[in-house]
Amino acid sequence: MSQWLPIAELAAKVQAGELKATDLVEQALRTIDEKKEYNAIIATTAERARERAGSIDAAVKNGTKVGRLAGVPFIAKDNFLVFGAETTAGSNILKGFEAPYQATVIERLENEGAICVAKANLDAFGHGGSTENSDFGVTKHPRDTNRVSGGSSGGSAVSIVLDMAPFALGTDTGGSTRQPASFVGCIGYKPTYGLISRHGVVAMASSTDTVGTLARSADDAAYVIDIMAGRDQFDGTTIERDTAGYTGVGADMQGKKVGIIKEWMTTGVHDGVKACIDTIAEKMKAAGAEVIEISLPSLPLALAVYYIVVPAEISSNLSRYDGQRYQYSYPDAKNLDESYMKSRGIGFGAEAKRRIMIGTYVLSSGYYDAYYNRAQTVRTKLINEFNDAFKQVDFLIGPVAPTPAFKIGEHASDPLQMYLADMMTVAPSLVGIPSVSVPSGEADGLPVGVQIMAPQRADRALLGIAKAVEGLRA
Amino acid sequence: MADLTRDDVLKLARLARLDITDEEADAYRTELTNILQYVEQLQQADVTGLQPTSQVTGLTNVMRDDNVLDYGTTPDDLLRIVPVKQDRQIKVKRMIG
Repeated sequence: MSQWLPIAELAAKVQAGELKATDLVEQALRTIDEKKEYNAIIATTAERARERAGSIDAAVKNGTKVGRLAGVPFIAKDNFLVFGAETTAGSNILKGFEAPYQATVIERLENEGAICVAKANLDAFGHGGSTENSDFGVTKHPRDTNRVSGGSSGGSAVSIVLDMAPFALGTDTGGSTRQPASFVGCIGYKPTYGLISRHGVVAMASSTDTVGTLARSADDAAYVIDIMAGRDQFDGTTIERDTAGYTGVGADMQGKKVGIIKEWMTTGVHDGVKACIDTIAEKMKAAGAEVIEISLPSLPLALAVYYIVVPAEISSNLSRYDGQRYQYSYPDAKNLDESYMKSRGIGFGAEAKRRIMIGTYVLSSGYYDAYYNRAQTVRTKLINEFNDAFKQVDFLIGPVAPTPAFKIGEHASDPLQMYLADMMTVAPSLVGIPSVSVPSGEADGLPVGVQIMAPQRADRALLGIAKAVEGLRA
Repeated sequence: MADLTRDDVLKLARLARLDITDEEADAYRTELTNILQYVEQLQQADVTGLQPTSQVTGLTNVMRDDNVLDYGTTPDDLLRIVPVKQDRQIKVKRMIG
């Protein structure tokens, strides 16, 4: 049982003066302190959180209206620009960076009274699926500390399962919210591309970066998404929110058409993972859904598309870390070129360098057409196949990852093996559709999520089906 | 097709302004070659009649009014995080000769 009430109830009690924001913040900070050994948290924002809680309690006492998230503590992945602590993106090169402004989503949450209490661990710059690429050490799995918690939003996911806060923010570029949610057992929601502003979030790959939500229930996730979603003048890729909002969704399975993705239920996928998905599909049928098998023949190519497009965008986005305008700067450079070379060579970790070089290669003249242009064209093929599938069904389902949480160090010697763990999450990212990981069962004593996908902009319906699937467990 | 040499890797690192050692270059040579060989499977895909996609929600030429927006952030806030500065300017190493 969680120590946290559902978010809507928690905020209502703070608004009514029945619970104090100050107590909630202390409860969150105490839990964070008690669970230090898992290394989910890089730093707390304790001082600022206590100040904000005090002013919310004072406002309630004075009868001033407080927001829909009054006093609700949350944890942000350390690639969100937040006041009150450094924003490192899990990297050495950004150590000591104090954000001069806050991310749009942080502002929107704070305007409704939410209180950020801590910054969560991640693979540096979001590059990875295990937090083993964090320059602050790996985040350990809550059930087995020899295993990873997934990534890159591993710290955020673990913070939910260890009950540190009612919700946490992650980012999802190719699975970074869904995969850790599957590994540790919570809701991990990736919205339609552009639904939630990325302004003030450290950029990784701009054509697939999204803001993810990690929560204990689909209702909690929907409540928070309702506050964050919609256009932002500081992020030109943002889209209009659903006029119906994202809360109060129905959770009915009756008459829904669901496609189980054939290409993701093949050999190479852990039997226990497949069994979880099959069981959920059976329960969906029993609850009145029509479940059919759907084939998307180009899906096996998605990972190759992703590992061209994303490094290309990373090499561009990470060119801003030049050692001149902020954070790590090599102190003994004799000229500007040496300052660039050494600041970046020393400041970036191995995975960032690997991706920058792959990106540089695929974008270089002579190779651009063969790699980058080719990948973006196969991306169109994937989009077409998903569009065709959604003409036949309302939702697609499948595994989130081919295995449950793996052992720390298991893929350390082979970056390509690590990339293969992303094979099921990258396609929805490339296509821009919303996708959620919902706890579905266990394999080898470890949590396994089911991935549920809907067409672009069908986030409201997807949150409804996620809630319905939650109801099928038991 | 892609079988990188140590010199290829050093050239890539140089283009990307990353100072790496020869030992690092040898490790990256194998890793990057494996990754590039993996992604080469795209050459087999039939993409007849298809155009590349870079923006997935169909937005084009997003405009906004040409107004000064108040971020609540001042030039001094931005200067506070600069590694080396002189007065109110960012100081960099000499770049010519």
